[in-house]
Amino acid sequence: MRAAAMEAYTRVAGVPGNASAGHAPGRAARRVVEDARESIADSLGCGPAEVTLTAGGTEADNLAVAGLHRARRAADPARRRILVSAVEHPAVAAAADALALTDGAVVERIPVDARGAVDLGALQDELRDAASVSLVACMWANNEVGTVQPIGHVLSIAHARGVPVHVDAVQAVPGLPVDLAALGADTVAVSGHKVGGPVRSGVLVVRRDTLLVPLLHGGGQERGLRPGTLDPAATAALAAALAETVTERPVEAPRLAGLRDRLLAGVVDRAPEAVVTVADGDRLPGIAHLTFPGCDGEALQFLLDSRGIAASAASACSAGVLRPSPVLLAMGMAADRARTSVRFSFGHTSTDSDVDAVLAVIAEVAAGARRVARALGGAPGGRAAVPAA
Amino acid sequence: MRVLAAMSGGVDSAVAAARAVDAGHEVVGVHLALSREPGAAGATSARARGCCSAADAHDARRAADVLGIPFYVWDLSERFAADVVDDFAAAYAAGGTPNPCVRCNERIKFSALLDRAVALGFDALVTGHYARRTAEVDGPGLHRAADAAKDQSYVLATVRRDRLARARFPLADAATKADVRAEAAARGLAVAAKPDSHDICFVPDGDAGGWLSRRLGSAPGPVVDAAGRVVGRHDGAHRFTVGQRRGLHLDRPAPDGRPRYVLAIRPAERTVVVGGAGDLLVAEIAAGSATWLADPPRPGRRVGLQVRAHGREIPATVAQVSGDRVVALPDEPVPTVAAGQTVAFYDGTRVLGGAIAAPVPAPA
Repeated sequence: MRAAAMEAYTRVAGVPGNASAGHAPGRAARRVVEDARESIADSLGCGPAEVTLTAGGTEADNLAVAGLHRARRAADPARRRILVSAVEHPAVAAAADALALTDGAVVERIPVDARGAVDLGALQDELRDAASVSLVACMWANNEVGTVQPIGHVLSIAHARGVPVHVDAVQAVPGLPVDLAALGADTVAVSGHKVGGPVRSGVLVVRRDTLLVPLLHGGGQERGLRPGTLDPAATAALAAALAETVTERPVEAPRLAGLRDRLLAGVVDRAPEAVVTVADGDRLPGIAHLTFPGCDGEALQFLLDSRGIAASAASACSAGVLRPSPVLLAMGMAADRARTSVRFSFGHTSTDSDVDAVLAVIAEVAAGARRVARALGGAPGGRAAVPAA
Repeated sequence: MRVLAAMSGGVDSAVAAARAVDAGHEVVGVHLALSREPGAAGATSARARGCCSAADAHDARRAADVLGIPFYVWDLSERFAADVVDDFAAAYAAGGTPNPCVRCNERIKFSALLDRAVALGFDALVTGHYARRTAEVDGPGLHRAADAAKDQSYVLATVRRDRLARARFPLADAATKADVRAEAAARGLAVAAKPDSHDICFVPDGDAGGWLSRRLGSAPGPVVDAAGRVVGRHDGAHRFTVGQRRGLHLDRPAPDGRPRYVLAIRPAERTVVVGGAGDLLVAEIAAGSATWLADPPRPGRRVGLQVRAHGREIPATVAQVSGDRVVALPDEPVPTVAAGQTVAFYDGTRVLGGAIAAPVPAPA
């Protein structure tokens, strides 16, 4: 957590009071929450009444996808289709897939190009029959490879057809200039911990005229969209972290982009097989994604970790098995290459010495992972268990 | 030493890894994902247990975290499917009774995993097997564990000797399984109370017959006696094992009224041959694909044979060794060993090697 967020959290955490209560301690707690809400709205460029506090980005995404789908379907049962980009975070993709099971929704994936950018022509085609669509979900920027989506075009295409759009902005907020009023999305999800706020804090920005069916039911907090006693300390900390992130961004984003570019150039220079996944165009400053064709993915993960480099390898299932990332497969990458992917992420604590640390070991790590791939390259199989009589 | 500890998620491998840490080694834990089931990030809880054994991976990771060692999950599911699961089905289809745990040790743990460990710079592989690895004058040796009730040297008998050189079994001296559980509890490992696994890991419901029927389909045929008379029907010879007594469902009782056993399986004719206990006895045990963990025995050498996990040792004399084939003569006639079973050769506590039982000609 950022120091400013820790300071805000500890300043509030010891103060009693339920922000929904009418007595003095309740009023004090409410003052903290509503001050924070206004600060969050200022940081994001939306109105305070549009800020719905959630317990994280995943919950915000789930509330938006299920809430929009159910509200729109209730108004017109013909709206069964959910259009999602093929590179959504699981918080959106799996939320939509769950609606296929529970609500009979039909989930359709909008393909992406080799950079991971959504195919606007395909979106237009899918929206020809707009009367059957409940919502479009498209992330602002991709969490794995860093591609920034043509989100303005997605919004204008869908809105021209009268279809609401949910935008997962969890990755975008720390890296991109964010003005939600100008964006005009119907719902926008933001995560607290991605901006240096508390883990399990988040926001769903819901435009005033947008109807959502809530996931949780209870005491009516957050206009009934997200009931449950409010957490003044976490909200104050989230507001402080978000304000600092947005203030620092004009300096911080170019700094991170510089670290990213130095790392990518240095890795490609030192490891002959390394390929930068998204090398050009609009992309997040803080993500460097590469593949190492011909190397063993599990060996890459092990060797980087054993040398103190905290990078993410491929993607893992619930048991921790490395699998080719669905995002990379959607971009048309072969599964074997996708298994050799490594992502380096940069944030406000990253420095030049972090890049130096990677560049100091990457040649040796790639060589080791290449050796493992060769050592295990032999085809499986062997003698039969039952010898001939 | 840099050692890789294979951690299944059970108590034995967790304590083995802990003992390796205590011994001052640099230990890294690894859990093998062996199931080919896809593990989607959005797997529902109903699927989660079968998904790459997510619960076992969690238990192994938790144990590694408590021990303070790095931990990874490595996917060896393709090798496991080809070398163990497909082989298991093929062996049954051919009328044999394979031992998939022996096969997994030989082909996966002490082959694919060990090779990867060595390629990554590890000096040794630690497992939770109850067995003792020694340094003999002729090279690395494998012996039975101190706890005879838990001894697992049998399932290691076909591991190649150069691989055995890199194996470490910290539970060799464990007095009993109860002691290992107590040690796990004392170390704060939650797996201390986890039940032992008994089933074949890729047949989690324990119904190997049902698994084989789904995999191999129905192939009905006759059950005949030694004289060739049809005494029953079956819906798949692969559901039977030589020596099996229960579950035959015969139409006609034996003439002598005594129990009948499976004497032979003839998959080409879809025929299962049954007979009395006496018909099951054989005077020799022949096996192929022998792997030796010592100098190969010469004819006349006295050995002990173990033909199933936790089976009694059979005193015998080696009669013939040619290439990777070996024939041994038990002191007394013994029930036929099902083709595909591992035959482990012992000299005292030392494992001399292992071989795979050959099909025995069916009675005429």
